[in-house]
Amino acid sequence: MNFKRFGRPAIIAIVAGLALSSCAANEGATPASDDAAASTLSGTINGAGASSMGAAQEAWRAGFQTANPDVTVNYDPTGSGAGREAFIAGGTDFAGSDSFMSTDELAGTFAACAPDSKAVDLPVYISPIAVIFNVEGLTELNIDADTLAKIFAGTITSWDDAAIAALNPDATLPATPITAVHRSDDSGTTKNFSDYLFQTAPDVWTEKASDTFPFSSGDGAQGTSGVVSAVTNGVGTIGYADASQAGSLSTAKLMVGSDFVAYTPEAAAEVVAGSPLVADRAADDLALNLNRKTTNPAEYPLVLVSYAIVCNTYADAAQGELVKAYIEYIASAEGQIVAKDAAGVAPLSSELEANVADVLATVK
Amino acid sequence: MTTAAATTIKARQRPGDRIFSSATVIAGSVILAMLAAVAIFLLIESLPAFVADPSEFSGDVTNFWSYVGPLVFGTVYSAILALIMAVPVAIGIALFISHFAPRKLAQGLGYLIDLLAAVPSVVFGLWGITVLAPLVQPFYTTLVEWFGWFLPLSGPVSGTGRTILTVSVVLAVMILPIITAICREIFLQTPLLHEEAALALGATRWEMIRMAVLPFGLPGIISASMLGLGRALGETMAVAMVLSPSPEVFFQLLTSQNSNTIAANIALNFPEAHGVGVNILLATGLMLFIVTLLVNMLARVVINSRKAFSGAN
Repeated sequence: MNFKRFGRPAIIAIVAGLALSSCAANEGATPASDDAAASTLSGTINGAGASSMGAAQEAWRAGFQTANPDVTVNYDPTGSGAGREAFIAGGTDFAGSDSFMSTDELAGTFAACAPDSKAVDLPVYISPIAVIFNVEGLTELNIDADTLAKIFAGTITSWDDAAIAALNPDATLPATPITAVHRSDDSGTTKNFSDYLFQTAPDVWTEKASDTFPFSSGDGAQGTSGVVSAVTNGVGTIGYADASQAGSLSTAKLMVGSDFVAYTPEAAAEVVAGSPLVADRAADDLALNLNRKTTNPAEYPLVLVSYAIVCNTYADAAQGELVKAYIEYIASAEGQIVAKDAAGVAPLSSELEANVADVLATVK
Repeated sequence: MTTAAATTIKARQRPGDRIFSSATVIAGSVILAMLAAVAIFLLIESLPAFVADPSEFSGDVTNFWSYVGPLVFGTVYSAILALIMAVPVAIGIALFISHFAPRKLAQGLGYLIDLLAAVPSVVFGLWGITVLAPLVQPFYTTLVEWFGWFLPLSGPVSGTGRTILTVSVVLAVMILPIITAICREIFLQTPLLHEEAALALGATRWEMIRMAVLPFGLPGIISASMLGLGRALGETMAVAMVLSPSPEVFFQLLTSQNSNTIAANIALNFPEAHGVGVNILLATGLMLFIVTLLVNMLARVVINSRKAFSGAN
């Protein structure tokens, strides 16, 4: 009795619900199926390399696979060096790398590429590195490369040091000791931070850029999240981290020319756009000589640029088409916006975007 | 007659006996085979590290031994500090549970301690960086101000509290459950006659524990400590998250520069390692293997030499 009385309306409701919702699902899916019809690509793309662009690659994979349902993209964030090695050995179709290929690597052969063709570096990922700090009573900090280098090399040890006071005349600096937090694991962020200081403050920062923090001073923390948490929880701390991860921490302004520049995605993209290509390389290799010493206050020179490394001509033409389509998507305005939302990267300037597209057009 | 006496009498073997005895033999040999497999893998993979080009090492280090030296030191240093803190507390808890607490409380406390052993090390790591380190930092500052003349406590003090002492505290908490659980079981096994005899002679409870329980339990305490030490030596995640490492030997407990441990160093650098770098890290793993082996052998020797004086065999 009870079932009959309530069962029938309930069944009607369920059926109606299913019918209506499946209707809605069909409508929603229509544009996607149009895309699928347009896309004739199918296959698997394997990439490996820089962990810095791991989050962005996740977003790109998702976006690309939605548009091309028959394509599977894999990206293994094993690190730049391992990524380049795997690509050279032919284990992957492209590599992500925080540094462009060395001349030694370029002189060798690439197993995935057609004989006599080389691989090229394409800048596809720009991430500003923020200098974050946590000092009681201090919300703004102006700093120049020389002072920053001295702080991280351990020669400036107190927040009320004359060098910092000279740059921040309006701030009341406490006599707290400085704890400079760096990455304890090998990382491209450290390499770019180090490279910036090595180029702009060579008297203080005497060590060449490497993935490992070069000085045995300051506090080490694991990963970007480790640095951010150490700076947040510590007393009188300063550190460097991908700008997208800085959270609510205060970030310092860097001296560029005679102005102090806060990081913005635009300023980061600007310095990359203003950087010349590395000389003596193939015309289609877009390896950048980052202009860290810029004096243009519209540019923020502390950035990390990651490259996608692809073959000029693939040994397997079908595979080449796939990789080309994927990297074209990554370097497109749409792909860059996707990565901006997912990983806080600075989108490529339109000029650089066009250059990358030109090179990709020749990839086979 | 004489020939009959010489032949040994063999027990009848039923299928169950054969199956069970071969099962134990297999279990026993599998563990040996696994140990051998790990050792051989480490040995083979480490070989390139010993002849690696100086440029393969980061920083100023030029050969494998000067690279691994500070790591071995850091590993042993942090583990021993943890042991110094954990063992007295563990013995105290175990004695409380076995001899002082009311039965109901003792059981509950026992479960609680065992629960601590089930907490994953990454949780201890998070607790270390977000709770413990900021909590002890002001205390470290005072310690350096007052006792800075004493080398292990000398400054400059770390601004984040993420020092080797903090790591040792985290490690101590992590090894506490193992040591406590074993000590508790050992203390409960003290022959009641020994305890009653001590009490009958007019001993107070503390004197009884000193005369009967502790001497009886000593080998057990040592084995328990060695098990704890083994875990502290090999702990990876918590150390990697909490410690602020530097590639040198440091005796200071409260500064930002601390010798890293082998396991944490592998965890930190393996993700980006390639080529010979991987071999170097695996070679440090081999060193950890050897250090652990030595520690365990030492513990065996100590326990064996003490065996004669206690009732435990």
